[in-house]
Amino acid sequence: MPSRRTIPFDYPAPGADPAPALPGAGLPWLDALRDEGRRLSANGLPSTRTEAWKYTSLAPLAELDFPHPAAAEAEAIPAEPETGAFDALEGPSLVFVNGRLSSRHSRLGDLPGDLRVRGLARGLANDPAGIEALIGNATPNGDPLAAFNAAFAADGCIVEAAPGAVMDQPIRLRFVAAPGSEPLAYHPRVIVRLGVGSSLTLIECHEGPAGAPTWSNPLVDIEVGAGARLSHVKLQIEGESAYHTALTKAALAGEARYESHLLALGARLARHEIHIRFDGEGADCQLRGGYMARGSQHVDNTTVIDHAVPHCESREVYKGVLDDTARGVFQGKIVVRQDAQKTDGHQLNRTLLLSPKAEIDTKPELEIYADDVKCSHGATAGEPEADQLFYLRSRGLDLRTARKLIVEGFMGELLEEVGHEPARAVLSERVAAWIGGDRS
Amino acid sequence: MLTIENLHATADGKPILNGLDLQVNTGEVHAVMGPNGSGKSTLAYVIAGREGYEVTAGSITYQGRDVLAMSVEERALNGVFLAFQYPVEIPGVGSATFLKTAVNAARKHRGEQEYDAMEFLKLVKAKRAALGIDDGMMRRALNVGFSGGEKKRNEMLQMALLEPSLAILDETDSGLDIDALKIVADGINALRAPERAMVVITHYQRLLDHVVPDKVHVLAGGRIVRSGGSELALELESRGYAGLGLEPSAAA
Repeated sequence: MPSRRTIPFDYPAPGADPAPALPGAGLPWLDALRDEGRRLSANGLPSTRTEAWKYTSLAPLAELDFPHPAAAEAEAIPAEPETGAFDALEGPSLVFVNGRLSSRHSRLGDLPGDLRVRGLARGLANDPAGIEALIGNATPNGDPLAAFNAAFAADGCIVEAAPGAVMDQPIRLRFVAAPGSEPLAYHPRVIVRLGVGSSLTLIECHEGPAGAPTWSNPLVDIEVGAGARLSHVKLQIEGESAYHTALTKAALAGEARYESHLLALGARLARHEIHIRFDGEGADCQLRGGYMARGSQHVDNTTVIDHAVPHCESREVYKGVLDDTARGVFQGKIVVRQDAQKTDGHQLNRTLLLSPKAEIDTKPELEIYADDVKCSHGATAGEPEADQLFYLRSRGLDLRTARKLIVEGFMGELLEEVGHEPARAVLSERVAAWIGGDRS
Repeated sequence: MLTIENLHATADGKPILNGLDLQVNTGEVHAVMGPNGSGKSTLAYVIAGREGYEVTAGSITYQGRDVLAMSVEERALNGVFLAFQYPVEIPGVGSATFLKTAVNAARKHRGEQEYDAMEFLKLVKAKRAALGIDDGMMRRALNVGFSGGEKKRNEMLQMALLEPSLAILDETDSGLDIDALKIVADGINALRAPERAMVVITHYQRLLDHVVPDKVHVLAGGRIVRSGGSELALELESRGYAGLGLEPSAAA
C-alpha cells in the first residue's frame, strides 16, 4: 500500500498501448528481476518524508505521464542528435538515443583484446547466461529509484576490462534525448567490471534538448578489482525540462582506486547518488563533484561511503555555485564499521551563493563504530568574499569580471584533479560557458 | 594630484579619521607614519574605496575629481593603486591570468589595444625579473600559499605593470626580512617618476632608509599632527612616538 512515505506515480502512464516486450523478456531470471522491480516501483516515488529524500521533492516528476520505455523501440531512431560535449575526444564511444544504444552513432573502433564493450539489449540476445552472471543477483534492495531501473531498463552497456588491461583512451558513454514533443523516460543500466590491476577512464555524459520533459534514471554498477583504477568522469547537461535521478554504485576490492569527477549543470531536477563499498583493504576513493544551478533548478548530491574493511581512504569534495532561486542539496554519509580500523575519511562541501534566494541544504552524516579512525567533515556556504571582490576591483576589474574570476577559480580548483586532460578541458569550457550565461 | 581636506571617517560607527588634511603633488613621495590604531590603514582603504567605512565629512580630490563619488574600479582605472598590507588570496585564479585581466582592463580604459598572451608574457618577464619573481609563482593561484615576502613582491609587480599615477603603499615593509625589504624598496624607487605620486604608509623608519621621502607626516588620533622633511622620520626613530607625545592613548 502506498503510504505518506511515497508519492503515487503511475508509470508507465495508464491508457498507453499495451506494453511491448522489453529486451530479454522470457528469460526466467530476468523476468523475476523485473517483476520484483515492478512490485517495488508500484509503491511510487519516495516522498520528502523519507529521510534520504528529505530535501528533494519528486512530486513534480510524479505529475508527468511517460510512455512505456519499450515503446521507443518500435520507432526509428530520430535524426542525428546534436554534437556531443566530448565528440572531439579520441577513443571508443557509445551513444544512446532515447535510452537505446544507437549503433549508427556509436564508434567502438579497434578495441584491444583485453577490453570488451557491448550493449545490454544485444548482450541479452546473444549471451543471456553471461549477462545473468553479471546482474542476475542485482535486486534493487531498498532503493526506490533503482527499482524502476530494474523493472524498466531497456538497454545500457557492459564494459569489462580483463586483468591487467590498461586503456589510455577513455571510453565514452553518451546519453541523449532526441528532440521531440512527447515526454520520454529511460532507465539505462551500465555495468563496469575492472579486472585485477586494470586501469580505465570512463566518461559518462547526459545531454538533452530543451523541450518536452524527459526523465533519465540511470543505474551504473561498478566493480573495481584488486589494484585496479577507474577514473569516472560524468557531465550532466540535460535541458530545462529534464529530470535526472542517477544511482552509481561502486564496490572496491583491495588496493583499488575509484575516482569520480562529476559536473552537474543541467536539468530542472537532478539527483546524483553515489554508493561506495570498500570490500578490500588499502583501497581508496575520491569523489569530486561540481554543481552549478540557476533559475529554479534543483541539484542534489547524495553519497554513501561504506567503510566495511580496515585501512581504506575516502575523500569527498563537493563544490557548487547557486544563483537565482536555485537549490542545492548535499548529503554525505560515511559509515565506518566496527572492524574498519585505520579508516581515513574526509568530506568537504562548499557552496558559493550568488543570490540571496539561492539555498543549499548540506547534511553530513558520520556513523563510526570503530575506534581507531580519522574521519572529518566540513561545510561552508556564502557569497563570494567581500575582501576578494575588493582586491580584484582595486586592480580595475569591474564587479562582474571580479565575480566571474572568483567563481571560475572556485570551480577550477575542483577540475584540476581530472587526470585526463582533454576531458578536463571540456569540463572547464562548460564551467566558463555557464558563468558566461549558458544554462548548460 | 591628491588633496584631502578635513576628512572624517568612521568604521562600525566608531570615528577613525578626525579631520585629516593631506596635499600630495605630482612627482612627490610622502611617508605617513603613526602608531598602531592611528588610522593609517583606514586612510589607505578610504582612498581606495573599500566598503565598511563611512566618510562623514571632508573630501578627497584626485586629479581634480571627487574620489568619493567614484567606484573602486573607477579609481583604479584612473590610476589609483593600493598595495595591500595583507594581499588577498584568490583560490583557483592563476596569477598570470589575473595580471593580464587587470592590465588589459586598464589598457581598454585608456583606449589602447589589449595585449595578447605573447605580448603580455614578454612584458611580465621583463618586470618580474627585477623583483625576483620566477615563472613558477606566476603559474600559482593568486597569493595562495605565497610567503609574506612573495605576496609583497607580487604587489610590487602589479604596481609596475599597472603604472599608477598615485600609489598608496600600506605597510608594504611589514613582515619582510632585510633582503626582501631591499628588493621591494628597489621596486618602489624604480617607479619614482615626475608624473607619479606615492604615499608610503609605515609604522617604522626602516623602509624610509631605502625609499627617501620628500615629506613625512605623522598621523595620530586620525589627524596629521606633524609634517616635515625626511629628517622627521629619523627623529621618530630615535625618540619614538611616545617621545613626541603621540601614543595613541594620549592622542585620542
